[in-house]
Amino acid sequence: MVRYSLFAKVIVSSEQRTTNSEQQIFEGIVSSVEFFRDTSIDFLGKKWYFLVFSLVFSVAGLLSMAFWHGIPLGVDFRGGTLVYVKYAHTPDPSAIHSEIEGAGLKNARVQRYGQAGNNEVLIALDIQETSEQALDKGKTQIIQALESHATAGKQDLNNSSSLTVANYLLEKDPLHVGTDANPRYSAIAQAIVDYRDKVKGGVLGSISNDELKSVADPAVVASLQDNFYVSDFGIRNVEIVGPQVGQQLRKQAILATLYSLGGMLIYLGFRFEWIYGVAAVLTVFHDTLITVGAFSLLNWEISLTVIAAILTLIGYSNNDTIVVFDRIRENIKLLRRDKLSDIVNKSINQTLSRTILTAGLTFLTVLALFLFGGEVLHGFSFALVIGILIGTYSSIAIAAPILVAYQDWRGGRGKKPIAMPVRSGSGPAQPKEKVKV
Amino acid sequence: MNKNLSWKLAVIVGILLAFLIGILGIPKDWSGRGVLASIAERIHLGLDLRGGTHLILQVQVNDAVNVDSDNALARLKEDFRTHKINYADIIKPDPVNHPEMIVVKGVPPDQTSDFKNIISDRLPEYDASSGAENSWTVSMKAQNLADLKNRAVSQAIETIRNRIDQLGVSEPVIQEHGLGQYQILVQLPGVDDPARVKEIMQSTAMLEIKQSLGGPYSSEQSALQEHGGVLPPDTVLMAGRSIGSRDTETGEAWYIISRASAVTGRDLRTAEPSTDENGQPAVRFILTSEGGRKFYAFTSAHVGDNLAVVLDNKVQEVAVIKEAIHDTGVINGRFTPQQTQDLSMTLRSGALPAGIKYLEERTVGPSLGADSIRSGVRAAIIGMLAVLIFMLIYYRWAGVNADIALILNLVILLGFMGYFGAVLTLPGIAGVILTVGMGVDSNVLIFERIREELRNGKTPPSAVEQGFGHAWITIVDTHVTTIVSAAILFIFGTGPVKGFATTLVFGLAANLFTAVFVSRVIFDWVLSRKQRGEALSI
Repeated sequence: MVRYSLFAKVIVSSEQRTTNSEQQIFEGIVSSVEFFRDTSIDFLGKKWYFLVFSLVFSVAGLLSMAFWHGIPLGVDFRGGTLVYVKYAHTPDPSAIHSEIEGAGLKNARVQRYGQAGNNEVLIALDIQETSEQALDKGKTQIIQALESHATAGKQDLNNSSSLTVANYLLEKDPLHVGTDANPRYSAIAQAIVDYRDKVKGGVLGSISNDELKSVADPAVVASLQDNFYVSDFGIRNVEIVGPQVGQQLRKQAILATLYSLGGMLIYLGFRFEWIYGVAAVLTVFHDTLITVGAFSLLNWEISLTVIAAILTLIGYSNNDTIVVFDRIRENIKLLRRDKLSDIVNKSINQTLSRTILTAGLTFLTVLALFLFGGEVLHGFSFALVIGILIGTYSSIAIAAPILVAYQDWRGGRGKKPIAMPVRSGSGPAQPKEKVKV
Repeated sequence: MNKNLSWKLAVIVGILLAFLIGILGIPKDWSGRGVLASIAERIHLGLDLRGGTHLILQVQVNDAVNVDSDNALARLKEDFRTHKINYADIIKPDPVNHPEMIVVKGVPPDQTSDFKNIISDRLPEYDASSGAENSWTVSMKAQNLADLKNRAVSQAIETIRNRIDQLGVSEPVIQEHGLGQYQILVQLPGVDDPARVKEIMQSTAMLEIKQSLGGPYSSEQSALQEHGGVLPPDTVLMAGRSIGSRDTETGEAWYIISRASAVTGRDLRTAEPSTDENGQPAVRFILTSEGGRKFYAFTSAHVGDNLAVVLDNKVQEVAVIKEAIHDTGVINGRFTPQQTQDLSMTLRSGALPAGIKYLEERTVGPSLGADSIRSGVRAAIIGMLAVLIFMLIYYRWAGVNADIALILNLVILLGFMGYFGAVLTLPGIAGVILTVGMGVDSNVLIFERIREELRNGKTPPSAVEQGFGHAWITIVDTHVTTIVSAAILFIFGTGPVKGFATTLVFGLAANLFTAVFVSRVIFDWVLSRKQRGEALSI
């Protein structure tokens, strides 16, 4: 039998309680793995440690936002031009930079992008060089600068669309086909371009029978050679965001985040007591702050998808909090005489395995995204990785203590403890036997 | 098995089949390739996966408002003359920020009521309010202004759609974007060099045929000098190519052109590339029967006069009307054959009601799209397997139950997307993975509760009952909060982000059904086959 040791007590059940034969029948548990059963950790007693931990991370993030990296906004929010270029060989950013500078773009930023073997660079122009009058001017200049070694009078096959290739072939008709020339050549052009993009990662090494044998006839290759050459790069991706859109997206991102937090507050306030809503929303705000702070500390750019991840976290981080709150509310009805802090501790412990398991499973999927999902999703999955870790921690360490702190504060002012509404329709009636704790 | 359970099982199998059809469609042949083709037809990939261009355009709606208020101003002048209303001046004080506003200065107080009558009779879309020193501000009513702007946007969308359709771009998306800021979102799958498409979309292609009353002049000044500094009534000065010197590159010439048009682009039936009498590329157009009647009336009344073909407020051609013309004409210019094709196409598709400018341009090359699909699918499979295997180890047979529910969850999610034509983007694939990670949470909540109830001494059937009962409300709460955020994301997001919100919302909604209903039915089925008191594998 496997023994797991992760945290606190780990129990491999089924061998237990065999003393009571009647119970064994109703036990109903065939051997299974279980983490965190019957823990009784005094979480509330550690609230000062938690507070320090949270403060350190929030303040570090805030300081970085205020004095160090600021909030590193991506092109979506800042505006500007990004051109992602893939090379056939290991690119030399400084050589590329001087080529582009030679074309008159003084403030371009050139950096390696992605994994080293990918041979990719990112060329960035800031918003000053991205005007709405001629949005793609910077991009055109960059591409022209990179194509400065072009073979005169020929087109670059690595940066031609299948339509261009098809039109050329249709005009030259190297295969001397009759009536169905148009579909024939379109298909051939598409095959060449697909081969370039899907097999060769966007950059063909040469226009030769060797390189293209799987997709094109020698006659076609010979004809292509007359009009095309291959450069050593292919444009992978272009993003140009004008100042107006950047500003609009900034505003919308902030609004969406606020609406989302507001939505949580209203829904939880409606489903529970308002103080539960406030506690949950404060907790989620804490999570958001630390996640954004992490981006600032690492100076990673916050793109639209990162905002999407943060909004998702606002919804998802609440889940663990809700599970704990649900249990607190249930226990308040069962254990009327106990102190709220005891009930809260008990509830956290009872739901601990669920909290860790649910978060852990979601974390598994997010980790898969982070590790295997590719460069495009890196920021997005990083936000989720950080956010889920923090969100799980905070539902135990922040949300529940807020409830108790509020209760103590009310008690200190001589008011009644929090009224716990009996929830309508909360499943079947309470079990008659007292819940074993 | 009792009857109730059989019914529920039948419902589940039915739903499974329905959503499988949603994903697969009905393939023409059942070979691997046929099935894949059928899936590709139903599950639409976003631009970030298939490659293409995404553009956001600003419709400069003030152009359309200016056209309307220019007309209103001209009509007012005319009416003031016929009704003998005096005024000192009539102007548009701020065409840039308030194109809807006309100011009439110095209206004598005793003519106020006549003035107001003319406004309400002749310009029902405008309101007049009095200002200092007998001046009146005539501006378009808010409702009419808003309608006009919205109409400009929808007309622009229509025109752009016509043009893109003629370019043969497959499955383009052309729709209003944002929340009332007169923007248009254009997505062009498979277009990775958008320069020409942008050019074609942007050209206003406003064709007018007018009378030319003088020119060419070498400059504006010389044109004015010829007429003693004042233009003839109801004419404008317009720039154009210096006609007659076609072979020289020499730039601009100026013409005096009538304000009124004989015919406009609206009167066109069709336009096509052609050549002029000198064999140069040109565009030949044919008018509609209504337009032909107007044109015939105009040309027969003006034989011997000059006629100007004006495109986008630039004189393209001036020719003498030799005889009355019915319904055809030719537009000359220094066109290349490609330009005549593009111009005839834009003319056929109609004029843009207002200028547009580009705000955002994103192009995903097909090689990146292919890479993204690869890494997205890889991450999805790894993440899913990790979850499925964990559930099997941790919950044994109940883990099988959860895994079945999860797989059904995915089938329903993808089936939904097939039926609704939703777009799968790279973040959308991430949404699918997240759906698995978050969806399995429901199973965990239920199973942990069942375990807890079993520990408290409940019989398996009662523990299952209690487990589902208690966890249900919690699951609804957790799903609502996540779906609320995702829905906000759906409203605010575009493109890839919207794709993410879509999969997450569909996925979690389906999860309510699979994790609760389906999983429960499987439990009931398992319990129905057990002896009373026999243990449950969880």
